[in-house]
Amino acid sequence: MNSTVTTDTKEAVWGGGNKPLNASYGKLMMWFFLVSDAITFSGFIASYGFSRFKFIETWPIADEVFTHVPFFHGNYPMYYVAFMTFVLIMSSVTMVLAVDAGHKMQKNKVIWYMFATILGGAVFVGSQAWEWDTFIKGSHGAIETKGGRILQFVKADTGERASLADFAQTIPSERHEHENKNGLWFFSEGTLPSFTVNEVTRGFKANPNILIRTETITEDGEKTLLNREESLDKLKNAKYVVEGANLIHNEYGSRLFADFFFFITGFHGFHVFSGVLINIIIFFNVILGTYERRGHYEMVEKVGLYWHFVDLVWVFVFTFFYLV
Amino acid sequence: MAHEHKLEIFRGLLKFKSNITKIWGVLIFLSLITAVEVALGIAKPKALTSSYFIGMKVINWIFIILTLVKAYYIAWDFMHLRDEKSSLRRTIIWTPIFLVLYLVFILLFEADYIYNIFKDGFVKWNF
Repeated sequence: MNSTVTTDTKEAVWGGGNKPLNASYGKLMMWFFLVSDAITFSGFIASYGFSRFKFIETWPIADEVFTHVPFFHGNYPMYYVAFMTFVLIMSSVTMVLAVDAGHKMQKNKVIWYMFATILGGAVFVGSQAWEWDTFIKGSHGAIETKGGRILQFVKADTGERASLADFAQTIPSERHEHENKNGLWFFSEGTLPSFTVNEVTRGFKANPNILIRTETITEDGEKTLLNREESLDKLKNAKYVVEGANLIHNEYGSRLFADFFFFITGFHGFHVFSGVLINIIIFFNVILGTYERRGHYEMVEKVGLYWHFVDLVWVFVFTFFYLV
Repeated sequence: MAHEHKLEIFRGLLKFKSNITKIWGVLIFLSLITAVEVALGIAKPKALTSSYFIGMKVINWIFIILTLVKAYYIAWDFMHLRDEKSSLRRTIIWTPIFLVLYLVFILLFEADYIYNIFKDGFVKWNF
């Protein structure tokens, strides 16, 4: 150690007001938060990977799950998510433009770019809500077996997926409803699927054109298609009719897939939602001229960091939920 | 920092005139990558889905690498890490990378082990 350091340099290093990382306090704290949030998201995605590797042979194929586009009927895998990704990247771009305009103290430009960013965020959250809605409602319906496996139905001649309504028979039957007044802990009955197991089984037996598809993935990366005898045999284990997906049942296959989908995209969607809210607050601050008076637009930059982070997380969610 | 921007991307191969043109350039690049990903995801070329590299399909490697490329450009140009001091940049980048690699390594190995237990064990669970 050199003991003859002059007081001058001591003051410069330890006297305070030093910025070793050349970033303000607020910005550093934003980065702190983002790093910890990134690790949180990584934990979620890594545990998704854990469950997926655990059930690697039976995991749902994302292309077959997310096949819908609003206002269009038919099978369009990926297009809608690609659109969502683009919307988010685009809103990230308008955010950078807002930050750039802020550096140049161009108030009006900041206002318009912030407005575009908020709009993009709102479109994204709306799209995600729609995606959830379609996923929850489901598309074709399936049978869950005693062991919790999912059996889906396919038309033998065309190879297309068959909906339950395509072949299930309607068997008139009396149903005695359990009521609140008869049970101590019973409050109400949940929603019932459109068909009973019996109706689906009977319809299946009557319609030779329907085959069963199991969850197991073949070497070609497709789900296993059973022949008629195997299908009939498999159907003996039928336990529930499943339509759509929730935390307990999932017509698309492994229920863990639905759990992780709801949890991770939900957590991300919540980030986008709060990002939109924060953007709106900053947007009004810009309009009111708060940053003009303050002399700098660093607040826009800090929110911008958060907003880009949300975009960054989506890039990973997109890959691991929809592509890989 | 605040008012100076490094305007070169691709290691200096492409230099933009202003920060704004750089942003649009990065947008075009990111959209291109996304388009490639989506095209591959829909087409699923046989050559890529049936060949493996270190236990994973080549197509999945491509997806993951393209994702990391996208993440790099979002962090470097949108979150302007490119303009920050290298000490700040390294703190932010290497801390999570180290932790995440470690976590992914443990979890995926463990999951593979459980998969094999399910597969080779004597308990029937797929019925």
